[in-house]
Amino acid sequence: MPGWLFGSLTAEHCGSCSSAAMAWLVVRLAISVSLLYTASAVFEDQVGKFDWRQQFIGKVRFALFDTQSQASKKLLVATDKNVFASLNSRTGDLFWRHVDKTGPEGHIDTLLMYGQDAVVVVGNGRLLRSWETTVGGLKWETVLDTGSFQAAALVGVQDHVKYVAVLKKSSISLHDLSSGSQIWVENLPDSDTVQYQTIYSGGNGLVFVLGVVPNSHIVIVEYKIEDGEIMNKKSVEAAWMSSLETSCTIISSGILLCADQITQSLYTLPLQSAEQTEMRQIHLQTLDLEVASGFQPVLTSTQPNPAQPPLSEFFLQLSPDHHILLQLKDNLIAPLRDFNPSYLAAFATSGERTVAAVMSPKNDTACSINLFSADTGRRHLDTTIIYHMDPNGGKPNRLYVHAFLKKDDSVGYRVMVQTEDLTLTFLQQPGRVVWMREEALADVVTMEMVDLPFTGTQAELEGEFGKKADGLLPMVLKRLSSQFILLQAWLAHLWKLFYDARKPRSSVKNEITIDTLSRDEFNLQKMMVMVTASGKLFGIDSKSGTILWKQYLENIQPNSVFKLIVQRTTAHFPHPPQCTLLIKDKDTGLGSLYVFNPIFGKKSQIGVPALPRPILQTLLLPVIDQDYAKVLLLIDDQYKVTAFPSTKNVLQQLQDTASSIFFYLVDSSQGKLSGFRLRKDLSTELIWEVVIPAEVQKIVAVKGKRANEHVHSQGRVMGDRSVLYKYLNPNLLAVITESTDTHQERSFVGIFLIDGVTGRIVHEAVQRKARGPVHFVHSENWVVYVYWNSKFRRNEFSVLELFEGAELYNSTVFSSLDRPHPPQVLQQSYIFPAPISTLEATLTEKGITSRHLLVGLPSGNILSLPKMFLDPRRPEVVSEQSREENLIPYAPEMPIREEWFINYNQTVSRVRGIYTAPSGLESTCLVVAYGLDIYQTRVFPSKQFDVLKDDYDYVLISSVLFGLFFATMISKRLAEVKLLNRAWR
Amino acid sequence: MAMIRVLSLILSVLSTVTLLWTQSGECNNGRRSGDAVDTDFSGFSVPLEHSFEVDDVPRFRLRGALQFRGGRENGVYLSQNQLSEKDRNTLKDVAAVDGLYRIRVPRVSLQMDRQTERQSEGYLTTFVRACSLVESHLSDVITLHTDVSGYVIGVSIVTIPGSCRGIEVEDEVDLEVFNTTVSVVSPVTAPPPETAPYIERMEQEMEKKGKNPQEQKSFFAKYWMYIVPLVLFLMMSGAQDQSGGGAGGGAANGGGR
Repeated sequence: MPGWLFGSLTAEHCGSCSSAAMAWLVVRLAISVSLLYTASAVFEDQVGKFDWRQQFIGKVRFALFDTQSQASKKLLVATDKNVFASLNSRTGDLFWRHVDKTGPEGHIDTLLMYGQDAVVVVGNGRLLRSWETTVGGLKWETVLDTGSFQAAALVGVQDHVKYVAVLKKSSISLHDLSSGSQIWVENLPDSDTVQYQTIYSGGNGLVFVLGVVPNSHIVIVEYKIEDGEIMNKKSVEAAWMSSLETSCTIISSGILLCADQITQSLYTLPLQSAEQTEMRQIHLQTLDLEVASGFQPVLTSTQPNPAQPPLSEFFLQLSPDHHILLQLKDNLIAPLRDFNPSYLAAFATSGERTVAAVMSPKNDTACSINLFSADTGRRHLDTTIIYHMDPNGGKPNRLYVHAFLKKDDSVGYRVMVQTEDLTLTFLQQPGRVVWMREEALADVVTMEMVDLPFTGTQAELEGEFGKKADGLLPMVLKRLSSQFILLQAWLAHLWKLFYDARKPRSSVKNEITIDTLSRDEFNLQKMMVMVTASGKLFGIDSKSGTILWKQYLENIQPNSVFKLIVQRTTAHFPHPPQCTLLIKDKDTGLGSLYVFNPIFGKKSQIGVPALPRPILQTLLLPVIDQDYAKVLLLIDDQYKVTAFPSTKNVLQQLQDTASSIFFYLVDSSQGKLSGFRLRKDLSTELIWEVVIPAEVQKIVAVKGKRANEHVHSQGRVMGDRSVLYKYLNPNLLAVITESTDTHQERSFVGIFLIDGVTGRIVHEAVQRKARGPVHFVHSENWVVYVYWNSKFRRNEFSVLELFEGAELYNSTVFSSLDRPHPPQVLQQSYIFPAPISTLEATLTEKGITSRHLLVGLPSGNILSLPKMFLDPRRPEVVSEQSREENLIPYAPEMPIREEWFINYNQTVSRVRGIYTAPSGLESTCLVVAYGLDIYQTRVFPSKQFDVLKDDYDYVLISSVLFGLFFATMISKRLAEVKLLNRAWR
Repeated sequence: MAMIRVLSLILSVLSTVTLLWTQSGECNNGRRSGDAVDTDFSGFSVPLEHSFEVDDVPRFRLRGALQFRGGRENGVYLSQNQLSEKDRNTLKDVAAVDGLYRIRVPRVSLQMDRQTERQSEGYLTTFVRACSLVESHLSDVITLHTDVSGYVIGVSIVTIPGSCRGIEVEDEVDLEVFNTTVSVVSPVTAPPPETAPYIERMEQEMEKKGKNPQEQKSFFAKYWMYIVPLVLFLMMSGAQDQSGGGAGGGAANGGGR
């Protein structure tokens, strides 16, 4: 700030002007001081008062319990979101979390644990890392040789685990577990033909590498641990085998065990024996077993200690709900126990004892988990855990068991169940849910905020107006009765306040449940409806972050696109609010509708239209049906329109207003934007077409304005008291293109402002030497976009503002069809000294409050940048008029101030979107930032001008008032006495 | 006429293309924007067609020819015929039922060096309400928009005035001749951050400061007793303002819009 503060003073140099300069300085100071205080930072005692953050990890791929000590609470997880974390197994909270790069670069290939060390292979065998599990510190990291990762295993010598072996496509390397240094690396023989997939070490000084030539033979290579010398290499016929990984495991003292569905057999082969040159076949028939047709049998074995050979017991899964525990003894396979039906089975070891936990269906809504001893298959008594399945959730698909020894030397256990909808449930006997994590929330796709309903009494009062009039007297009585109810409720409220005031603070905190939900005075508490990529919907209370309802939609394709539409808000009592989710398959474009009540999460009984054709566009009209639901139009690939709801009333209204319903379609592959008009028979006609040649530039994004946005002022008052009117076209579309040429000198970003009704290109600009990714916000009369300047290698902000000029063409109503003069466009650009993840603008009820831009930074901070800084009218040279207007002099670099971070230290990892919603208070805007984490807060762009602060001194103000009052009374009295005395004189 | 707002979002297309910029420009054989301006046009013309039908099914007929000549982009003018009596009547009929008057131009490149590939398939269309055309006595403004390489990407038509008030146009003569203004608009170059002028200005100021350091120094030496209390006062009042609900500051910021 001192830069321009003092720098500009020299513009005035005559001595006599110094007083003017002085005044100027004061103005500048005033500006700078007022700028300082636009900061929206929170005070220390406000932390957590109206904001919360929830941290997630994603879908668990590996989970390991720390079994070293009995008291350990650590649970190590690695997830598909490239997150490696430690959870507290008693509470489900995070001890620590490491978020790696997104995409394959940060992909966690495997997780191994020994003692206090967790070894992780990252990025398809790029890095080998060892973490200290207590605090999550990195112990060492080694860059591995190139080659795609196949497997990794801990290698022990003489009962001590000393090494970790990493198998790549064409090489094997051995690393020291304590330092990470590479002991040796060897190329694998014939790696161009043999697919090496498995690595095994039984603690006898040898490492076995197993490879397969599909449908031909298996290759087994023996390496000496000390120096990597090949001790032995043999190949064994296995014509039926296509993959080792999926069909084989190693049991007992180094015996390879494979299962094949086609031959209905098990095969065994001792790895070390020299004489056996082919696999021994054991027909499942001889064991009275049969694999379900089309099911690849799964073998599960356990190796409790990497320095010792695995156990000879193993699970064989014959069908999705049939497991069997088998044992290999004296070269014979014998069944120990048959679990039919059973969903999931897992081994766990505590000390010297290995147990097997099996989940079996109990009834329609519950499963029972039981513990069996692994060596005998005998059931442990009193070890049943009942797992109640969420009727709105998915089926369990992973089971992780934590076994421990009780004081009486019996084995106790806890289990963690992961379901299809990515819920992690941690249970202990006899079925108590210790904690639950909803990991689907790590991937929020879209969200909306819905007002909460009124309380019963408020609704009663509202309902009075909704009902049909039935005579004067009943109306009066009804009014009186509802007033009486209100009075009653108020008294009850007062009594509760009084009652609560006597109790200690902490016990007053009342739980928020779905039944106690009601709108607060200023509508600050709302329902956050969140749609996640896995197809699970959540209803979250915005004040506390409590999940109030959840609903898992089954059979959602993994690459679906979601669009959430609020068709009816809570304002239309007694009609329930209604949300519609359009789920669209990205490949086929086929869509389906899911209609639900956003407050309770219940599926609506309303019939939805069948959508046999791919949906191109959706359009929410302000037209409402007799039940106050807004009409949703769905346009399919034949430009046919489906209305939802499609009652007679709606169709009639659509017919009446058809000629003023326009919509647009974007075909980015051809660069074509086209406009359509609705006809009376609900067919459509093409009315305009704009084609931006796709060979030169590609359309990357099209954005209109938000429907619920209000603009309070029509213009801006200039320094000379004239008004510059804003060009407020509600139909304006901002189209962003990127050039196909990516050369740094020739690449450009194109900005087109197109009227969505007439197809008129209102403005067309090219940002040279720029490329994406482009983030932009389109609101009021401005567009702000961020791009990458490829020449100077920096991020830049650019702002476009549109003005009609000093006169409005038609001040009463805006029509795209009748606005012949093009607007004046002002533009200015700035350097932004940080990369950007996402961009959004604040939104308030009436649009009086000044706007801020919320910038999500990759660091996890959310910057609240005053729109004042992004104003194309910022002057180069300060003049009297610009000062009058409060314009900040132009500076090419945009400042980033720490106090503008609205989430102080509550960073949001991988922030992907920011949602803003107005509250009942004009000063307050609700903000939700989502990515890997979810953060909710309130921002006050113009500070809380309509709220008294929390520590407002009521005592002082009232005592001053009373004091003044009495002083007036007394002085009046004194004056009277004095007057009287004077009169007597 | 209240317009129904067009809201929307194409679900499929937007996200698929975000990665496309990474493909290196295979088919962009040096079409730089600078070329567009410098190439000289030999005169060529592009047909301008229009359609106005009572049943609102487009049937395009030739309205005139857009003649491009000269090296500059604004070297365009429209030669067009008068409306025939039949057309006039149709136009009035269309206006009476609030139909549309549509125009279209073929997708062409206005650049000389690509004459051969100038014409690509397809048209660019737009419309105006027929009644506003009638009421404005056929005075319209047609704008052709080009992209950086000189391709026509869009066409727009507006009438002046643009409103439909239901005024009867009695005089047939008013509907005979178009009073058209044609222009070609190419994209403007968005300003980059203006660092050079800023630095220059800063340097100038530094220079001035350097020239008479005495004066500078004396200024502060002279006025520090005013400045310091003022600053303090502002800080204090600001701080109070901050902690005091901030009604004043809020209004000030609100007024900034």
